[in-house]
Amino acid sequence: MTLVLLFDLLLALGVFWLAWQTLFAVSLFRGVVSFMVFGLLISLVWIRLQAPDIALAEAAIGAGVTGALFLSALGRLDDTDSPSFRVLPWTSPLFLSAAALTLLVCLWLGIAVWDLPAPGLAAAVDAELERAGATHPVTAVLLNLRGFDTLLEVAVMLSAVIFSWSLGAAVVPHAPAERLPGLPALASLLHPVFLLVAAYLLWRGSHAPGGAFPAGAVLGAGGILTLLAGGVDWMQRDDRQWLLRLLLVAGLALFLLLALGGLLLTGTFMQLPPAWAAELILLVEVGTALSIALMLMAFYLYGEPAR
Amino acid sequence: MTGIYALLAVALCGLAMIGLFTAGNLLRRLLAINVLGSAVFLLLVAVARKADALDPVPHAMVLTGIVVSVSTTAVALALILHGVEARRKKEQGQHD
Repeated sequence: MTLVLLFDLLLALGVFWLAWQTLFAVSLFRGVVSFMVFGLLISLVWIRLQAPDIALAEAAIGAGVTGALFLSALGRLDDTDSPSFRVLPWTSPLFLSAAALTLLVCLWLGIAVWDLPAPGLAAAVDAELERAGATHPVTAVLLNLRGFDTLLEVAVMLSAVIFSWSLGAAVVPHAPAERLPGLPALASLLHPVFLLVAAYLLWRGSHAPGGAFPAGAVLGAGGILTLLAGGVDWMQRDDRQWLLRLLLVAGLALFLLLALGGLLLTGTFMQLPPAWAAELILLVEVGTALSIALMLMAFYLYGEPAR
Repeated sequence: MTGIYALLAVALCGLAMIGLFTAGNLLRRLLAINVLGSAVFLLLVAVARKADALDPVPHAMVLTGIVVSVSTTAVALALILHGVEARRKKEQGQHD
């Protein structure tokens, strides 16, 4: 027991130190790399808190995709490019009192959260699990019981893609200084492994940790790797734009269709008929995972392709 | 055990807020926002862990939150990149 406690303490200290490095390291590059390692350690924390679904998504999205986004943005900016703000010196009394106030408010937040009654929706979810079409509670909550959240979330992602595309043409990725023929080959060799892991996670999602989010994240991370190596030229081609747009919208469209179908069949928006719930959830999961993967790749272009 | 992580979440919240207010660089500000998001997720899951049976609803909320936070980050980065490019072009135009 003490060994486990020691591990928790060390993990917490490591996470805190990495957050410190992320925020206050002198070099920005070091900050970004610290942030990626921070994401990996945080996913260990999720495992310790018995949230394996979040751990999977965090490792792929929080550490992988977000880190890659930051790194590629960093590569396109010079040091002098980014606008700087005037910052008060550390030792000024105004700074110190503001910092103390911030910490006090945070402490207050912690105490307030700690005093909350323990959330007790587990029993309510368990009672509905039989009719929900998935035996894993998190998947059931995401895609059936609180499907509206997931629908809106896919909509948020799609609007983020639309927003960044409306800013202008895609920023061309920096080609490596030396042409490396091995890089695209390696990326396409690795891609089947990404596909396999994503399909496995998707299939597992109905009864165990996994599901559309981790699967989409893994698929997207693999796609970004191939994109970086220059292996995905169809996204930039004029005659394939309709396919790209169709796939981007697929998740949201499928979800909406299902919600409206539920309205027609059962009279309630977003309610799935219990008899078909399992098959319908699987269908939506596949569509959502594909869309999430492609939207993560689309973020990476920072603008509209083929314009 | 849960207490350690709740404490960590609170400490990260404070650290990230101070980082957010004192950052002199836009990218660093974005990093601070991301750390702040992780801290809030940690707080949520630590609270969910307090219940006797594991509560799946906060877990689903955090999963949704992770995806939303990567969307926000991507939009902010796209804004920064296009803004910098526009400024660069403008300065080049003045030099010519």
